[in-house]
Amino acid sequence: MAELGRAALIVSLGLALYAALAGFWAARNRRRRLADSAGNALLAALGATAVASAVLLSALVRHDFSFTYVASHTSTQLPLGYSISAFWGGQEGSLLLWLLVLTAYGAAAVLLNRRSAPDLVAWTVPVLGAIAAFFAFLLVAVASPFATQTAPAQGAGLNPSLQNPYMLAHPPLLYLGYVGLTVPFAFGMGALLARRTDERWLVATRRWTLFAWTALGVGQLLGAHWAYVEVGWGGYYAWDPVENAALMPWLAATAFLHSVMIQEKRGMLKVWNMLLVILAFGLSLFGTFLTRSGVVNSIHSFTQSSIGPWFLGFICVVVAASLALVFWRLPLLRSKTRLESLVSREATFLYNNLLLVAFCLTILWGVAFPILSELVKGESSTVGRPYYDFFLRTFGLPLLLLMGIGPLVAWRRASLRSLGRTFLWPAGVAVAVGVLLVALGAGSSSPGLIAYTFSAFVLGSIVLEFVRGTRAAGSITQLVSRNRRRYGGYVVHAAIVLLAIGIAGSSAYGSSSSRKLHPGQSMRVGSYSLVYRSLSHVRGPNDLEVRATMDVYHGRKLLGRVYPGKNSYFAEQQVSSEMAIRTDWLRAEDLDVITDQIDPNGTIYFKALVKPLVNFIWLAGVVFFFGSVITLWPDAREERRLASRYALPAEA
Amino acid sequence: MNGALLIGAVVAVLAVVLVALPFIREPATADDRLAEPGDRGKRTLELSEQRDRALAALKELEFDHRTGKISNEDYRELLGGYRRRAASALRALE
Repeated sequence: MAELGRAALIVSLGLALYAALAGFWAARNRRRRLADSAGNALLAALGATAVASAVLLSALVRHDFSFTYVASHTSTQLPLGYSISAFWGGQEGSLLLWLLVLTAYGAAAVLLNRRSAPDLVAWTVPVLGAIAAFFAFLLVAVASPFATQTAPAQGAGLNPSLQNPYMLAHPPLLYLGYVGLTVPFAFGMGALLARRTDERWLVATRRWTLFAWTALGVGQLLGAHWAYVEVGWGGYYAWDPVENAALMPWLAATAFLHSVMIQEKRGMLKVWNMLLVILAFGLSLFGTFLTRSGVVNSIHSFTQSSIGPWFLGFICVVVAASLALVFWRLPLLRSKTRLESLVSREATFLYNNLLLVAFCLTILWGVAFPILSELVKGESSTVGRPYYDFFLRTFGLPLLLLMGIGPLVAWRRASLRSLGRTFLWPAGVAVAVGVLLVALGAGSSSPGLIAYTFSAFVLGSIVLEFVRGTRAAGSITQLVSRNRRRYGGYVVHAAIVLLAIGIAGSSAYGSSSSRKLHPGQSMRVGSYSLVYRSLSHVRGPNDLEVRATMDVYHGRKLLGRVYPGKNSYFAEQQVSSEMAIRTDWLRAEDLDVITDQIDPNGTIYFKALVKPLVNFIWLAGVVFFFGSVITLWPDAREERRLASRYALPAEA
Repeated sequence: MNGALLIGAVVAVLAVVLVALPFIREPATADDRLAEPGDRGKRTLELSEQRDRALAALKELEFDHRTGKISNEDYRELLGGYRRRAASALRALE
């Protein structure tokens, strides 16, 4: 079967190369049939890649250890779900997933747009083909998932931290996000090559960008929850380079989704939007490079590999070529309209963009710093949590405030009188919340207090927008269905507020305690008392599970029991920490208990943490998804209007 | 092994057929040029975008006024400009 996988990948490489080269020739010489043929090559590449993926999946499920990849990432003791998730648990499999998602996106984008915008698609196909050819080449020549060996009796198993239900969804969602950003990039470059700098490419890619952005956002929150429940250190985001690698393209895509509205409504920022799609796609490639090259130390970089130089070279070529193309087409991208006022909706979008991009670039600097310092000084220096936390406060808090200001300001310009009227209620709510929090003793953390006050302002402005909008439209259903993007966007803003509340609460107002305990001894953390009762050993399907039993008290009242411990995996010869989490819904806080070290005599070094409001972060994920679905929901009236607009030139 | 080879051959043949399909469907054609808007088409497109932008701005202005985001004075002042823009795009399209 490995031969079939290898052959399918070679076919996929050939088809992607054909799509790139024949597509370029067809677009340049305006050859319709050849352009269609190149587009079909992308569809066929999807088929060939799907066959290769089916071969690998079948080998993983059957535990066919003659496949080196299968032997390195599974064992016969590994449950079926995790045998499937091993597909993206290693480098070669995840590159295959990249190619599969890329060809699927490419094929769908071609099918949906080639009738309505044949000239644009003709130039987009070679861009998609060239990117697919790069990944297919890596899979054929550098990191094949179909390398074979004499089958050992047992496989090495899967990294224990990947043996978690979240791993079934988190990596594929991130890949849907990373790879999804290829579509706006390819259409943007296609539009420049075709000299079509109208909004057709934005219309073609609007939903793709939103979908990729949603997948990336939900994927990151799932990853944060995975880190929280599985990695066993009591946190959910550590500014790890690979975590940052997913955050950066999301921030760039967020900036793009906002600035694209200015282009649609005012015909401005055409160059900026092109630069943002290049940045978002370049960062998604950089993210894959960081995860898979092993160039930086990260809990997510599971391999050291030889693909790093190939990736770096490809990123350089992509960025240099696309920037050169933007520069070449600058005369076509000049806007005829200008910003009329610094106090207008488009101005707040612009400030939002500047802050998002500045935040994104400071994170990029933090991630790249170890690599650059190693190149320059010969030793790797890293920037730590204080660096990132400083910039999170510096850029994040103004961004939070802008989320509340933006919806209250009119397009083009706003007078002071109308601003005063619209700001009155949200600002009043924010001041009242701030005063109340200080009175309740929350003034111990200035950033926390500011975050909550700003959050109250944003929520106030969102509620006001819905109330006034509903009054004007007649009903909330009519209001949302008439402008899904705007009101779905407000729901997403509410999700970001929940996220800010969760992050501020759990980081600024949390408490922790560490102690070495014998059975019968106790420790305190926050307002909780923990009594260590006993230690037990249970044999699981592929591991030995050691658990401490602890009673949790609040004052003298017994609240219940928690069971923190460790799992020792037989095949993998690795140990994982299994944190116990007790959620108090009434207080909206989590009590987390970690066993740092378990001695043979039963003595345990415990670490306990209280995380106020941490569950708001997970709730934010649900609200974010809901808001994204509203914005993504098709609007038949809008689609008819756009179809008639873009049908005109073809007939003219 | 034989089964794998057979599947591989089928995949390769299907891929070739799919890629060649535009030429199989139309072995010879008088018009093989890619459809694209000409200069006039591009101008029409630009005007359509301007018209839609102006009409959307009018709608937005109306809504912002009704929700109290824009004062009566600003509304009256902006309305004329938006209407002129929409009318000029509509005239040019005719």
